[in-house]
Amino acid sequence: MSWGAGDTSALVAAQASRGRRMDVRRVLLMVGWAIILLSAVRWVTAAPDLTSSNTYGTALRLAVPILLAALGGIYSERTGVANIGLEGMMILGTWFGAWGGWQFGAWWGVVLGITGGAAGGLVHAIATVNFGVNQIVSGVAINILAAGVARFLSVVAFTGAGGGATQSPQVTSQLPRITVPILAGGELFGWQSPDALGWLERKHWFLLSDVGALFRGFMVDLSILTLITLLLVPATYFFLWRTRLGLRMRSGGENPWAAESLGVRVYTVKYIGVLISGALAGLAGAFLVLEAAGIYREGQTGGRGFIGLAAMIFGNWRPSGALAAAGLFGYADALNLRSAQAVHAILLFVAIALVGLGIWYLYKRRILGGVMSIALGALTFVWFAVTDTVPRQFIFITPYVATLLVLAVASQQLRMPTYDGITFRKGSQIS
Amino acid sequence: MKATKLRIALLWLLVPISAIVLAFAVSSIALIAIGENPASAFRSMASYGTQANSLVSAVNRAVPLFIAGLAVAIGFKMNLFNIGVEGQYRLATLFAAAAGAAVILPTPLHIVFIMLVGMITGAAWAGIAGILKVKRGVHEVVSTIMLNSIATGLGAYLLSNYLRKPAVGSELLIATPPIAESGRLPALAVISGEDLRTFVLFAVVLGIAVYVLIWRTRFGYDLRASGVNPDAARVSGVDPNRMIMRTMLLSGAMAGLIGMPDLFGFFHAYTLDLPTGLGFDGIAVALVGLNHPVGVAIAAFVFGWVDRAAQILDLEGIPKEVIVITKGVIILSVVIAYEVVKRLVQAQQIKAAAEATRELEEQEEAVAA
Repeated sequence: MSWGAGDTSALVAAQASRGRRMDVRRVLLMVGWAIILLSAVRWVTAAPDLTSSNTYGTALRLAVPILLAALGGIYSERTGVANIGLEGMMILGTWFGAWGGWQFGAWWGVVLGITGGAAGGLVHAIATVNFGVNQIVSGVAINILAAGVARFLSVVAFTGAGGGATQSPQVTSQLPRITVPILAGGELFGWQSPDALGWLERKHWFLLSDVGALFRGFMVDLSILTLITLLLVPATYFFLWRTRLGLRMRSGGENPWAAESLGVRVYTVKYIGVLISGALAGLAGAFLVLEAAGIYREGQTGGRGFIGLAAMIFGNWRPSGALAAAGLFGYADALNLRSAQAVHAILLFVAIALVGLGIWYLYKRRILGGVMSIALGALTFVWFAVTDTVPRQFIFITPYVATLLVLAVASQQLRMPTYDGITFRKGSQIS
Repeated sequence: MKATKLRIALLWLLVPISAIVLAFAVSSIALIAIGENPASAFRSMASYGTQANSLVSAVNRAVPLFIAGLAVAIGFKMNLFNIGVEGQYRLATLFAAAAGAAVILPTPLHIVFIMLVGMITGAAWAGIAGILKVKRGVHEVVSTIMLNSIATGLGAYLLSNYLRKPAVGSELLIATPPIAESGRLPALAVISGEDLRTFVLFAVVLGIAVYVLIWRTRFGYDLRASGVNPDAARVSGVDPNRMIMRTMLLSGAMAGLIGMPDLFGFFHAYTLDLPTGLGFDGIAVALVGLNHPVGVAIAAFVFGWVDRAAQILDLEGIPKEVIVITKGVIILSVVIAYEVVKRLVQAQQIKAAAEATRELEEQEEAVAA
């Protein structure tokens, strides 16, 4: 079984590798256009929250767990093991992160959160790699089991200690945070440095202030875990695409039989992939507890494991794509949290973007896609013009609808690992 | 040949036995780890669970699980993973409750109407995943996961903006208006103060219907054939796309009925107190029941019974949450044991086939001589 229509020909693989270099440039180009358009919309609608450094900072914080889950998904699925157990592994991460943080301090929370997630990954690896259990089935079972384990452990560990069956005591220990001096007003050896970008942002100049705010949002009160997560994006790319072990791991997802015939220990690389996957999902859980909430609460993950899965698909099973998708989803969440006015203003952004996309399609002679895109853009504009607010629930479903649309419209341009989701047995014939 | 068949049957029995043994073992370890006595915990669960009202309650809890398990099993039978049962049944229950409250009909008609609305909604929501798979090659696991979350958001939006009962005074209850008496099902019987819900009869009918449809009709044969070997089924003239659509719609329609026992028997409106997560529990029940209606029924009853029997643990100061671990272990050990036994069975069959061939050859040689 495979997630989607898989292609095996060398031609497709070659095209994909050429497409990758395009991908990074294309992502950067699109981000650039998005910022310019956002600035324009901010200017027209006078909704400062669209591009304020606060919004960007919140977006970054909300994107981190999604990005970690997406990266986790990449590690697992690149070695050919579909992982819908990410949600459960993240739940384990939240529980162990909170327990560790509460008992021994924040850094132990991080370590134990990672360990808890990796333990979930280990179960997934044993079931799917050694026993050949269907990967979806195992993932579902892990999600159910993890929720049960977290509930049970909470009752045992937190009841009577300031928590209960559904929540932990407050985790007071905190991880260090960084505010960049001079540019964003951080302290330098006890000296309160100026806040240059903050000054720029408050000027509300078109584009200049917006770009300044974007950079400032990434520099104020930055969690060390956020920094680590952002560094994991290039690190993941380097590890999987530029090291020998990374190549072997990917061969487990592209063609495990060929890899085995060349002497790759396929079971081992799959184990590595799934364990890293669980560890990253666990880190995402620990982040939720230690940085976002300061407490463990049941249901805290709120489907972020699944959103991470969506971001992974959206990002075409690549770290840079996952970063872009997680950023997009985080930004939508942040707007929703910060300002109803900004959410409404974003409709104008979407309308213009859709019309622009439609014109591009028409230019490329894709008549149907172009016409539909322009029509959708026009509809969105009407929606913007005749209403004052957007229901909160619509923002909640945005990542999911966006992923479904991308899958439905552009699934030909996505390329998953060829043997992702297919059980591989040592010494078996190709299936 | 007969001996082989018996051996294979015994091997299959290993699946539930090993799952139960493992579940007991892990739960015992968990209980010992927190300083409780597992033997006394299991004993009090057994004695509380076998009281008449506990058994009735267990059946009531099992009915929605059974229907959810059937919905998932229909998909599993042709290797379709309908992870979206959760979203399908919640949206279906919302629409059915709202539609049922909007009309007043004679009792049987009213009941049928509400069930139909639920089935159509569930089928339609599952159908989106079906169309995406057939037309665009989107894997159903991905699309149904997305559709689950979309259903949650869409349902919350529709409920709070359009389908909600107008607030009376300072009442803040978010719910659809109540369904009239004609759209309710009275209890089948009251046993030791516990209502046995009438929907249990519907569930029996549904189980038989699914059995007949999947194991005794041409459609069911095609469906199972597509699950076992899609290529062979396609070559023999089964249109895979049509099978995917039909199976998805059928699974979704069944999912649309999951909320009905609670709707008809107790809540009479869509409220935020309605049980959630039944769709995911349904996956568990289908897995444990090996996708057969009888197995699903047994699994649903076991899960329902464990849920009920564990209520006593709180009174004894033992965290009843231990049963969530029990259930998780049952699921995981069933799927692992299933794979192991499947391989053992295949080895047995290969051996039997080899023996049969050898006997045949020996006979031929004897004739030739």
